[in-house]
Amino acid sequence: MSTILAVLVDGVIYASWLFVIATGLTLVYGVMRILNMAHGSLYALGAYAAASLAGAWLRAGWAPMGSYAMLVLAALLVGLVVGPLIERGLLRFCYGRDEVVLVLVTYALFLILEDVIKLVWGVESYFIYEPYGLLGNVEMGALSYPVYSAVLVGAAVLVGVLLRIGIYGTRYGKLLTAVIHDREVSAAMGINVNRVYLVTFTLGTMLAAIGGALTAPTVSVVPGMGVETIVLAFAVVVIGGLGSMQGAALGALIVGLVRSGAVHFFPQVELFSIYLVMALVLAVRPRGLFVAAEARKI
Amino acid sequence: MTSFRRTTLGLGVALLVMGLAAPLLPKWALFLVTIAIAKGMVALGLLLLMRTGLVSFGQGLYFAAGAYAAGVGSQALDLGDAVPMVLLGGLTAAAVAAGLGLLLARYRAIFFAMLSLAFSMILYGLLVKTSALGSTDGFNVAARTVFGLPIGSTLGRYGVYALAALCAFGAAVGLDRYLGSYLGRLAPAVRDNELRVEYMGASVRNLVHLNLVIAAAMAGVGGALTALAVGHIDPEMAYWTTSGEFVFVAILSGTASVAAPFAGAVLLELLRSFAYEHAPNTWQLVMGSAMLAVILFLPEGLWSIFRRRRRAAT
Amino acid sequence: MSPILESRGLTKTFGAVTAARDISLSIEEDTVVGLIGGNGAGKTTFLNLVTGYLKPTAGTVRFQGRDITGMAPRRITRLGICRSFQIPQVFDTLTAYENLLVGLGIVSMGRKAFVGSNLGTARPEAVADEMLERFHLREYRDEPASVLPEGVRKLLDIAMALAVKPAILLLDEPTSGVSADEKFSLMDLVLGAIRADKVTVLFVEHDMDIVRRYTQRILAFYDGKVIADGDSATVLSNPEVRRLVVGEPAPEEGAAPC
Ligand SMILES: Nc1ncnc2c1ncn2[C@@H]1O[C@H](COP(=O)(O)OP(=O)(O)OP(=O)(O)O)[C@@H](O)[C@H]1O
Ligand SMILES: [Mg+2]
Repeated sequence: MSTILAVLVDGVIYASWLFVIATGLTLVYGVMRILNMAHGSLYALGAYAAASLAGAWLRAGWAPMGSYAMLVLAALLVGLVVGPLIERGLLRFCYGRDEVVLVLVTYALFLILEDVIKLVWGVESYFIYEPYGLLGNVEMGALSYPVYSAVLVGAAVLVGVLLRIGIYGTRYGKLLTAVIHDREVSAAMGINVNRVYLVTFTLGTMLAAIGGALTAPTVSVVPGMGVETIVLAFAVVVIGGLGSMQGAALGALIVGLVRSGAVHFFPQVELFSIYLVMALVLAVRPRGLFVAAEARKI
Repeated sequence: MTSFRRTTLGLGVALLVMGLAAPLLPKWALFLVTIAIAKGMVALGLLLLMRTGLVSFGQGLYFAAGAYAAGVGSQALDLGDAVPMVLLGGLTAAAVAAGLGLLLARYRAIFFAMLSLAFSMILYGLLVKTSALGSTDGFNVAARTVFGLPIGSTLGRYGVYALAALCAFGAAVGLDRYLGSYLGRLAPAVRDNELRVEYMGASVRNLVHLNLVIAAAMAGVGGALTALAVGHIDPEMAYWTTSGEFVFVAILSGTASVAAPFAGAVLLELLRSFAYEHAPNTWQLVMGSAMLAVILFLPEGLWSIFRRRRRAAT
Repeated sequence: MSPILESRGLTKTFGAVTAARDISLSIEEDTVVGLIGGNGAGKTTFLNLVTGYLKPTAGTVRFQGRDITGMAPRRITRLGICRSFQIPQVFDTLTAYENLLVGLGIVSMGRKAFVGSNLGTARPEAVADEMLERFHLREYRDEPASVLPEGVRKLLDIAMALAVKPAILLLDEPTSGVSADEKFSLMDLVLGAIRADKVTVLFVEHDMDIVRRYTQRILAFYDGKVIADGDSATVLSNPEVRRLVVGEPAPEEGAAPC
């Protein structure tokens, strides 16, 4: 019984983390048709920035609670600086090209960012465990979880709710939906598609960075940390359906539960259970759970 | 002269030069060229896929399958000679692709790329957890003989190098011939317009499946050759970043010539050994920038520079 | 004479839209039939159903007496039904010559499977050049299809369908995108090339003057239904056809060409 509870709780925590990252990936794909292979590196950038900022804050001896603000600030900074830099400096020269070419472009970007991180932060690991332990633990039956994990889940829910409101409840969200639906018509209707792209990519970067910043206190921040994250996020969005928000949520939940189930019951399959699920889903639903395959009109 | 004859002649000359140069090359250079050829084999398979309009971020799967098959074959089946080991590597990878192709051949574009990646990560996960195959550490692989010559003998030292060169020659000539056949010429047709190919009476899925198997066989041979040259294999060979490197070579080389992937791979290995010595933390940065430059300014790959010059000359 | 192509109760719905309603018709061998109808009447849908691109919601298609309902396009092609497309479907990076060679190469690799092709043992390369000649495409032989003008792409698309010598050819708006004064010469060219092989032709067309001139029989579609079927003059003077398809308040025979 308690094992099942543990599987569920672990799964949900893991899913929250995945959701925040995957939702950025799927947003960028939905609007811009770019499957961003560098998304994992943006996640890593968020983690590094958070480790640096929160680390500096704590070393200065200021109120430890402020370190949470530093995590968020780091993510926002990465989003606002790196996002526009990449979109204006590189991606905008590639619009209109094949989706696969864009995958290759972002793969090249991934390679570059991996080394940029090493050049800026060096190759040693960073640790900022304080924010993780600061809030204490919460008991759930025989199990004990750090309250920080609840913060993670809360953050994911908040991100989901804000995005929903943003997309369905605001004027900007309507523009976004219009561009997703048909970019030529949107451009003809006078929507500034370029600005929509800039905002979208900035938002996507920010979401990756938030994922990284919130993870920073729970792991050691090391070079290459984005390499595995990106393929996990791929699995999530492909399962849910590329470009679908609900898909990202469901995909994250599936992957989260599958992984925590595997960790508890079949540890030897942990690493590939996720990809197995992804392959199975694609075998049945070629475009993922939330996207229907469409026939070409001739 | 037909383009096929010209390519065969060119590759034949290259093979001859490689043979004549062998005694002059230092040991590290022999090793570098062997590894480059092995990786070039994988990139050659990608060339075929790219001509079919597909990019695979999972060729590491077949690369690793070939390497592990060669390694397991040498131990379990007691294959002492390198030739059957390489053969086994190629066949195993082809068999894996024949199976996975049932699913993969239904996908295109980014879905194909991602599903290939997922499959390679499944193999990676399996290998890491299989202690009989050395888990994360992998295990050592060695052949006792090459073409019947003991590895330690004077001639045997060049054995793996020669084997790699012959494999590359055979694969490149064979692929060139295939690409010129009616069947091979369906590849660009499928890339351009699948619907029309179906309406001309051919099964696109079967063609993609076939090309997938051919590409996998080449990657498997490349993996087995790598195992023999390095003397060691580990699960990293199946990791997605390994596949990414093959994509890098393929993009750099373009799809214009069957010789280009080998040239591209040699270039990559030279740059890598140079970078590792002088600036180990900027190697990926250099690779990424080179790749961006090629995609943005030379969409048909570096090889297209030669082609343009030739066209201008005629 | 026995019909070469026959549909019975062919119906196709897309959600709330019914693109084909209970279409029953038959086409005789060695004839040229016109298919007319306004935008969205279901003409392309009918061709898609016959060639297997769409699976019908109900009804059957028979070809030379054989039930081909629900077969894949490639199998139907092998039986001897080929088509051209409203928007030319060519291979953009291949030259005109290579475009033709694709289909011919496929047939030559599997002659046994192509029971409907009258290509015999002809060499694909020779047939490709002959087709270029017949369709006056010689000068474009080695140009990639992507740079060809729209009208030439249209011709190439038709030539590709004809090259493998099918039993019946379905042409979807062969003259769309071609300027009015070039339409007749284009149709002369196309039908001349096609009829040299005694291939049965069904072609979709919006221009009534073209249909009148080149067909013996006309099928008129409206809202997914066949509203008229008969010899050309009768169908074109049918008041319902004039109102719903031609879009005129039914004047007398031989209206002025536009
Ligand atoms: N794949 C599809 N999905 C949904 N609706 C479709 C599809 N194909 C056709 N339709 C609808 O079916 C109806 C008939 O379309 P069809 O293309 O057959 O018309 P058409 O007679 O060829 O018209 P046109 O002269 O414009 O080419 C239209 O209302 C169209 O929107
Ligand atoms: Mg139509």
